[in-house]
Formats: sequence, C-alpha cells, structure tokens
Amino acid sequence: MTDTLTPTSETETRAEPKVRQHRRLRHWNWLGGAAGWVWLIIVMVPIYWIVITSFKTQSNYYATNPLKPPASPTLANYKLVLDNDFVTYFVNSVIVTLGAIVPTLIVSFMAAFAIVRGGGWFLRGVNSMFLMGLAIPLQATIIPVYLIIIKLKLYDSLLAIILPSIAFAIPLSVLVLSNFIRDVPKELFESMRVDGANEWTTLWRLAMPLTRPALVTVAIYNGLAIWNGFLLPLILTQSPGKRTLPLALWTFQGQYGVNVPAVLASVVLTTLPILILYAIGRRQLLSGLTAGFSK
Amino acid sequence: MSTSTTAPSVRQAGVARPGARRVGGTGSVAWMALPALAIFIAFGLIPLFGVLALSFTKWDGIGVIHPAGLDSWRAELSDPGLPHALYVTFLIMILSWAFQTPASILIGVFLAGHERYRGVLAVFFFIPVLLSSAAIAVAFKALLDPNFGLGAGLGIPWLSKDWLGDEKLAVGVVIFIVSWQFIPFHSLIYQGAVRQIPKTMYEASAIEGAGRIRQFWSITLPQLKYTIITSSTLMVVGSLTFFDLIYVLTAGGPGDATRVLALDMYITGFQANVMGQASVIAVILVLIGLALALMFRRIGGGRSYDSQLEGA
Repeated sequence: MTDTLTPTSETETRAEPKVRQHRRLRHWNWLGGAAGWVWLIIVMVPIYWIVITSFKTQSNYYATNPLKPPASPTLANYKLVLDNDFVTYFVNSVIVTLGAIVPTLIVSFMAAFAIVRGGGWFLRGVNSMFLMGLAIPLQATIIPVYLIIIKLKLYDSLLAIILPSIAFAIPLSVLVLSNFIRDVPKELFESMRVDGANEWTTLWRLAMPLTRPALVTVAIYNGLAIWNGFLLPLILTQSPGKRTLPLALWTFQGQYGVNVPAVLASVVLTTLPILILYAIGRRQLLSGLTAGFSK
Repeated sequence: MSTSTTAPSVRQAGVARPGARRVGGTGSVAWMALPALAIFIAFGLIPLFGVLALSFTKWDGIGVIHPAGLDSWRAELSDPGLPHALYVTFLIMILSWAFQTPASILIGVFLAGHERYRGVLAVFFFIPVLLSSAAIAVAFKALLDPNFGLGAGLGIPWLSKDWLGDEKLAVGVVIFIVSWQFIPFHSLIYQGAVRQIPKTMYEASAIEGAGRIRQFWSITLPQLKYTIITSSTLMVVGSLTFFDLIYVLTAGGPGDATRVLALDMYITGFQANVMGQASVIAVILVLIGLALALMFRRIGGGRSYDSQLEGA
C-alpha cells in the first residue's frame, strides 16, 4: 500500500494549477481509494460465495469451482432450512423484536420527555443513572438476569428475552430521544400550555410528532441489536420452540455442518428480512446506525 | 453493536437546562420516567449489584445459593485460566483496534470525498453491519473449513490451512472477522465526521500550498480527534462483549486459545455450573469496562462520558 503514496503526490502537483475551486473533488485520494476497493473485495467475496453456494447441491458444491455460480440453481437447501422449523424461529424473532422495541420506545420517550421538561433531584438522578448504564457492559450482568428470570418463572419463554432486552435498550434510547426533544422550540411548548394542554397531551400531540425521525433512529438501532441478539436467547431459553433466528442458525450448523450449501442457505434466509429493509430504506437505516456518532 | 457499547449523539445531556424549570407544572412530569426506571432497575441495576453479591456465594445454577465468603474470589484469582483469558481479551482488543482504526479512517476519508464512487461502494460495503455475529461466525466457519471450505474448493494450499484448529491462526482469524464485521461501521462514522470539517479549512491551506497529504495530517486528522476517541471507545469497550462471534466460531478453542473473558464467564457459569466464580469474572469484566471508559474520557480531555461520545 505504501507505493500508492507516490501517485498521490504526482496528481497533486499536476493538478495544482486548476484546483482552486474544486480542490477536494478533483483530488484522487489513492491510498484511501485503494483501501476502500480492497476492503470492498474482502467484504464482497465471502458474501458472494455465501449466496451462490446456497443455490448449489451438496455434490455439485464439492465438484465445482466454489466461486462459479451454479449451472442449475436449486432451491432444495432453502426447502431443507424451511422444513427445519425456520418459520417458527422467524416468528419468534419478530415477536421478540417488536415486543421489545415498542415498549422501549414508549417508556424511553416518556422518560426523555420528563427529563427534558421536568427538573429536580429525582429526574437528574434518573438521567445520571441511565448515562451510567451506557458505560457498563450489561452483558456481564447475565448471571443475575438469569436468576431473576428463573425466580419470575419466566425461564424458557419469549418474555424472558424481551424484558432484559428492553432494559438494555433504555439508556441509549433515553439519551438520543432527550437530545431531540431539547431541540423542539420552547415557544411550541409554551403555546400548548397557553391552550390549556397538560403535559401528557403535549407529549403525544407535540413532542411525539416532532421527534419522529429520532424514534425511527432508536427503533432501527435497537431493533437490529435485538434481532441479531444471541446471548439472551442462549441463556434464557431452552426448548427448540422458543428459539430465535441467530440461535437457530447455530443449532442448524451443529446438525447439518457438513452440508455447507444448506448451512449457507440458513444464513441467507435469516438475513433476508434485514436486507429487504436495507434495500427499502438504506439511507434511513445507515444514518440510524450511526446517529450522532460523528456529529 | 451491543447495547453497552453504544451511545449516539449527546448534546448537553445531564446538564439541566436553565429554562426547563421555569416552565409550569414541572412536578407533574416526573411520573413519566417511572416505567423506564422500573424496568431498568429490575433488569439492569439490580443485576449489576446482584453480580457482585453472587460473587460471594456458591451456586450451581439450579439448586440453593449458599453464602461462601471469599471462596469464589480466591478460587478465581488463583486460577491460571484468568491471566490467560485476560491476555487473550487484551490481545484481541489491541490488535483489532490497531488494524481497524487506520483502515476505517482511510476508508472513511475516501468515502466522504468522492460522491461518484461512494454510491457504488456504499450499497455493498455496509452489508456486514446488518448481519448478526452468529450468522457471520456460521458462514466463516463453513468458509474456512480445511476440507469443505473455500480454500479447499479452489485448491489453493495456503488458503486451505486449518484456520480454526491452529492456536495462532485462530486468534488471527477472530481479529480478521471482527474487522470484517466492524470496519464498515467505523468507516461510516468517519465518513460522517469528515463531511463536517469546514471546506474553508482546506481551501485556506490550499492557498498556502499544502498538498493532499499535508492536509490530511494537519487538518483532517486533528479535526477527527474526538471521532477517533468515540470510535476507539466503541471498539475497545465493545471488544469485551465479543461473546457470540467467538462462541459460535471456535467455542474458545482450539484448547483455550480464543477463550476471552466473556466466554470464560459463560463456560464457567453455564457449562461448568460454577456460578460464584463466573460472577467474579463478570465483576472483573464490569471493572475493566468502566476503567476503559474512564481512560478514554481522560484522553478526550475530561469531557464528560456522554458528551465525549458525541464525537467531534
């Protein structure tokens, strides 16, 4: 990569006379460009291999060049995956994700609203506690969570995954939402008050509609983390009927490890819903993922 | 990407706004914080103190919990597995940070500067961000298989090594896959940050005759200081929770070559059923996480944790 430095400085000098207006656009960042394209290849080759292999038969997979698309694609692998209860696991994942995200959004929005609109030691204390929650790897608290879930007789239920997922998502959600609520002009709150609206009405009729982008951001960020979550389902459930997709993938590989095309079909199938969402709202999804990180 | 490691935009969080109190009826909103507070206390705060309490007990995960004083601490601190797990954790943390940071900055700067290429690259480039660690681990486990994987299929000898069966190679593979998964995410952060650097700064330095490389060192990099701290905090604290990737990929093996602390906690607690000792490991994990967060806060010039995560 070091030799790419030379072309950079050459372009630099050659382009020097006419750069004044469009300097940044005109200049090729060779080193960054090389790194970008090289990494793109490193990212794409495994993904390409996963997708084409998932359409090969097992015998065909061993016999042909692994990077050549199959001459006659088969859906047998996908059928095998679906026959292994993947519909159940998919439904479980949807229930867990929606079941955690909707309550997270509601309680976090209320808390963020209270923190911005109210004052006093209590709300300041609540706010500091959530901030502290950000600095701690909450996964390290999994043993007591397991104990609590057993005591509540929730072990091996989807609710066992949902409740800790909400708790883990709250600190960040409150933080992002309260920042957006702070940006709502004070005059709007004032005029709501003059109109005789109480805080509860103000929350639903003013703050909520105005901060919808923030709610989408928080929903995407936490939704992806919960959809892809592995530790909580692993520890808090047991029976196959309660499996979520990441856990199902792992057990499927344990069962069909040698059947590489089938294993890869299961990878594609579990990722498909996210990829469809990505295709629909790429911009929204990416900005949701890094919301504010580079502000 | 785990909850513990994340913290988007924070402006003035924690700072009570002077105007807030003037607005009427403030006392009436405090109750709205209660539902979130209750859930967080039940499944966040109580477990946090609970893990400390459990570290002074003896429990097999099913039966009765017995108080055991310092037994678990003594057992864990004299266990040769602990220094090894710490070594592996920090090795993977440091090496993956050292590889990801320069690569992400380079790619981020590139993606920020060139509209035409960005569109083409970006669509595929960010896909790893969407995949679960379990899916990535399952796919790479198949890809790296010495007999049935990509290398064997292509008949390329150096690609068909026993990647996950050799101790040194396995650590390298973990670092590579971590980078594969997270470089796109961090590049995205840097891309956003670079776009916020005022164009006038570059124009001014161009008039003074600074070249592209000079500009990178004297403008881009210093301007990215807080983004680097943010991204590094996420990488380093996040690396403490690389549980699922390593568990699915190697289960800590071969031997204990990739047995990081989080995995050590899981295996000790949920496979060997020694919960007291596993709680000790969990407490150590929490302490390391807090220490690292504080360290980055100091590097960030004493800005509070939340506003430091705001970035540049």
